[in-house]
Amino acid sequence: MEFAELIKTPRVDNVVLHRPFYPAVEGTLCLTGHHLILSSRQDNTEELWLLHSNIDAIDKRFVGSLGTIIIKCKDFRIIQLDIPGMEECLNIASSIEALSTLDSITLMYPFFYRPMFEVIEDGWHSFLPEQEFELYSSATSEWRLSYVNKEFAVCPSYPPIVIVPKSIDDEALRKVATFRHGGRFPVLSYYHQKNGMVIMRSGQPLTGTNGRRCKEDEKLINATLRVGKRGYVIDTRSLNVAQQARAKGGGFEQEAHYPQWRRIHKSIERYHILQESLIKLVEACNDQTHNMDRWLSKLEASNWLTHIKEILTTACLAAQCIDREGASVLIHGTEGTDSTLQVTSLAQIILEPRSRTIRGFEALIEREWLQAGHPFQQRCAQSAYCNTKQKWEAPVFLLFLDCVWQILRQFPCSFEFNENFLIMLFEHAYASQFGTFLGNSESERCKLKLQQKTMSLWSWVNQPSELSKYTNPLFEANNLVIWPSVAPQSLPLWEGIFLRWNRSSKYLDEAYEEMVNIIEYNKELQAKVNILRRQLAELETEDGMQESP
Amino acid sequence: MLDKEEREQGWVLINLSEEYKRMGLPNNYWQLSDVNREYRVCDSYPTELYVPKSATAHIIVGSSKFRSRRRFPVLSYYYKDNHASICRSSQPLSGFSARCLEDEQMLQAIRKANPGSDFVYVVDTRPKLNAMANRAAGKGYENEDNYSNIKFQFIGIENIHVMRNSLQKMLEVCELKSPSMSDFLWGLENSGWLRHIKAIMDAGIFIAKAVSEEGASVLVHCSDGWDRTAQVCSVASLLLDPHYRTLKGFMVLIEKDWISFGHKFNHRYGNLDGDPKEISPVIDQFIECVWQLMEQFPCAFEFNERFLIHIQHHIYSCQFGNFLCNSQKERRELKIQERTYSLWAHLWKNRTDYLNPLFRADHSQTQGTLHLPTTPCNFMYKFWSGMYNRFEKGMQPRQSVTDYLMAVKEETQQLEEELEDLEERLEKIQKVQLNCTKVKSKQSEPSKHSGFSASDNSIANTPQDYSGNMKSFPSRSPSQGDEDSALILTQDNLKSSDPDLSANSDQESGVEDLSCRSPSGGEHAPSEDSGKDRDSDEAVFLTA
Repeated sequence: MEFAELIKTPRVDNVVLHRPFYPAVEGTLCLTGHHLILSSRQDNTEELWLLHSNIDAIDKRFVGSLGTIIIKCKDFRIIQLDIPGMEECLNIASSIEALSTLDSITLMYPFFYRPMFEVIEDGWHSFLPEQEFELYSSATSEWRLSYVNKEFAVCPSYPPIVIVPKSIDDEALRKVATFRHGGRFPVLSYYHQKNGMVIMRSGQPLTGTNGRRCKEDEKLINATLRVGKRGYVIDTRSLNVAQQARAKGGGFEQEAHYPQWRRIHKSIERYHILQESLIKLVEACNDQTHNMDRWLSKLEASNWLTHIKEILTTACLAAQCIDREGASVLIHGTEGTDSTLQVTSLAQIILEPRSRTIRGFEALIEREWLQAGHPFQQRCAQSAYCNTKQKWEAPVFLLFLDCVWQILRQFPCSFEFNENFLIMLFEHAYASQFGTFLGNSESERCKLKLQQKTMSLWSWVNQPSELSKYTNPLFEANNLVIWPSVAPQSLPLWEGIFLRWNRSSKYLDEAYEEMVNIIEYNKELQAKVNILRRQLAELETEDGMQESP
Repeated sequence: MLDKEEREQGWVLINLSEEYKRMGLPNNYWQLSDVNREYRVCDSYPTELYVPKSATAHIIVGSSKFRSRRRFPVLSYYYKDNHASICRSSQPLSGFSARCLEDEQMLQAIRKANPGSDFVYVVDTRPKLNAMANRAAGKGYENEDNYSNIKFQFIGIENIHVMRNSLQKMLEVCELKSPSMSDFLWGLENSGWLRHIKAIMDAGIFIAKAVSEEGASVLVHCSDGWDRTAQVCSVASLLLDPHYRTLKGFMVLIEKDWISFGHKFNHRYGNLDGDPKEISPVIDQFIECVWQLMEQFPCAFEFNERFLIHIQHHIYSCQFGNFLCNSQKERRELKIQERTYSLWAHLWKNRTDYLNPLFRADHSQTQGTLHLPTTPCNFMYKFWSGMYNRFEKGMQPRQSVTDYLMAVKEETQQLEEELEDLEERLEKIQKVQLNCTKVKSKQSEPSKHSGFSASDNSIANTPQDYSGNMKSFPSRSPSQGDEDSALILTQDNLKSSDPDLSANSDQESGVEDLSCRSPSGGEHAPSEDSGKDRDSDEAVFLTA
């Protein structure tokens, strides 16, 4: 298919662009295969480059022959284009619609993007599972790498390499896979160096209504317990939901079969409920007319912050089991690809200082989201303005990022990255020139040959010039476990992402700049003083030597 | 005796006469009136009052008889840039049809005192219904037909009883035991608290815009002119004048608009056993408005959140004399200044605790009027957990950016001093060495001498051996810097008599301080606080 076929009108002059907090810009609108470009053709005004894949929905309306297209983006921005000429406007609108809903992944921009920067480190190889495992292997010999899923035959949503208890062989893993939803047998998610406790994750056990059991499964998870120790199973579903799942062949770990494990049910919501929550929240944020009370009730009605609180609470609980109770934890919901990953990754943010560094956080996303098979392609296909109610879309990853932001807000000096880093990840998960978030699993990414055909986001982000945008100037390495508050008073709306386009951030940006200046100046002085001290010390020794004879 | 002196000095720290001078008064349009000496006209007003030059004593007294509690229109703030002013009063006793020539003349005089505008805004901060109800009691609001060239405007801020109930409801929400997110947001909404904050802010913004953008003077009143009027006048002044956004300026603002103009502190904050219906968080709301502004303009205020919280605390604490009594008259009668201490002196003495590290006098946010967005955004106003949950330390951010930056700035200052000192000493040693070499080997060159004498250039003139260091420092990463300091430390340890060592260990402990400031888990420093925090958190996770 040629993009040219989809572009009915490639270029329109005298188009006026309206954006909040910016003066209107008149210029020429161009459509390319992947971008919508508006350029005023003047030197001093910036051009608008918008990825078609960032477009969530469009509205059009006409006043006489002047057409208006309202473009709603996946990053929640809304822009308006006034296009002279009804035909041009209709052509542009239908072209945008077609180009923003391409049906083949291989037509997406990452397959066409040619980087303009020199790749110093190929991000596709930055976080290899073997390397990650090496971090653990010095501390423990109870775990091993398994290649049982090499051809993605045992579990289609798992990566080829997983970490499992050493005492369990691949044959047992294959059996366990048949007993777990989607073949997602329990694997290691996190090893707590301090006391050797672990977080494992999996899909739900397929007990069904007649209480099926699987000896290998029991053996596998018991193999992670120390002698005489008990563990916790955290089911991210309420007991009710978990019980209902049995009718569909799913279920949960029965006490009778897992006597060494205590089960705790939490209730983290799933797909469409989360998606509706996001839609309501963004709608409330965009509504400029309501009064103060309506704002709060709309915020409440969206339930977004309720989800945040529930997810964070569950993650804290898991971290607490590990660090305070000294007990290992197995976490799952139904599939083990959404709420499970929110909990396992947030627990690591709380427990492990490394995951609060930039590299560590990237590794965490690579490990706990991409490799772990969170279906990014499905979940991020549409955002807050979607009107086609498909079942698979859900802001699961955005909720995770929001939770990280909440912890960052409470511990502003404990993270190496800043809020912009989280916003950048959100943007790239929904629309990107990089291949990192394409596909739903490692097996899909392999089939698409993303490593060969597209660029990794990490190759770009980890350049020093990019990193400096995302580095938190307040960071002081903190080796402690950080316990966030989950009280409603402590969990505000993430304005940086939800009100980003609805308020001017000028004064806040200035404050950030000032903060950077204060710290930079201090470092500069520190360096100067150190040099002078050394000079002085050397001179004084010389002096002493001269005087001594 | 020293005590007495200290106390007296404390009370003169904030001086309203100087404040009026700073505004540019008296001038051709405004004069100091002695009409209220010995509180003869209005016992809840101060003696020092500024009125339009054309307002004679006859007009003033006539006008005062037509105003509730005789609180006639007087100047609250004068905007030098365009001669517009903010005046304040109580409601007129207009009933359904009464009018008063002198009062009308008084408003005329206010208009004439501003040559740049041909009208005056009259802002009634009450809801229209309340104002109309007052007419039945012989009070009410200005009839536009009777007063020439006024523009009358209602801005609905609710009365003290509504505000008291609102705060009560909000505090109940704050005190809920592990509330759900819905409980909290519903409760916050039902309390109406943020809606009231917004109403006060809206009124302040309206007045600030009228003054700065339209160049029009504004007369503000409510019923008695000592609650809502004080709130609105002070918010508007704060928006208009950067001086009020400094530590001292803020004290002046409270002294002027609240203390001197007879805000009834005793009644509103229940300092004495009195009528519970008189109690209302009027100044609390003003203080919160300031916090809301600080959140939006983080570089605009010289003071930090702690300053506001401490002022609020002392309004209720009765530890200092400033907020005792209901009027200046009462305070003078009780000789408050001779018998108590001033809070302002106390705060000023500890001012380093109250500084906002992001404030810079030359920053663009610090200059002129604060411009709020033209489209009112409701989400601008947020729940102030630092105030209303201030005792639940676990709910607050565990690491304070303000404290961190203050520590950095403090260290920076020490470094600046040390740098200067080091440069001086280096220069001295180099001179001595040069002299030595001159004496010993007689090889000195006069040109070198002249170079060393310029103390400013000592860095540029460092001997060649060290210049390599100099070149490398700008690109030096902080971690390398740390290595350096470690290196120096060991060197200094060898020479324990070196005064440098003390400077060094200071700096080290400074760094340690910083990390102590982050009471995250407190693993290696198990302070009582962090231990408690953790426990309470755990309880929360388990019950939730």
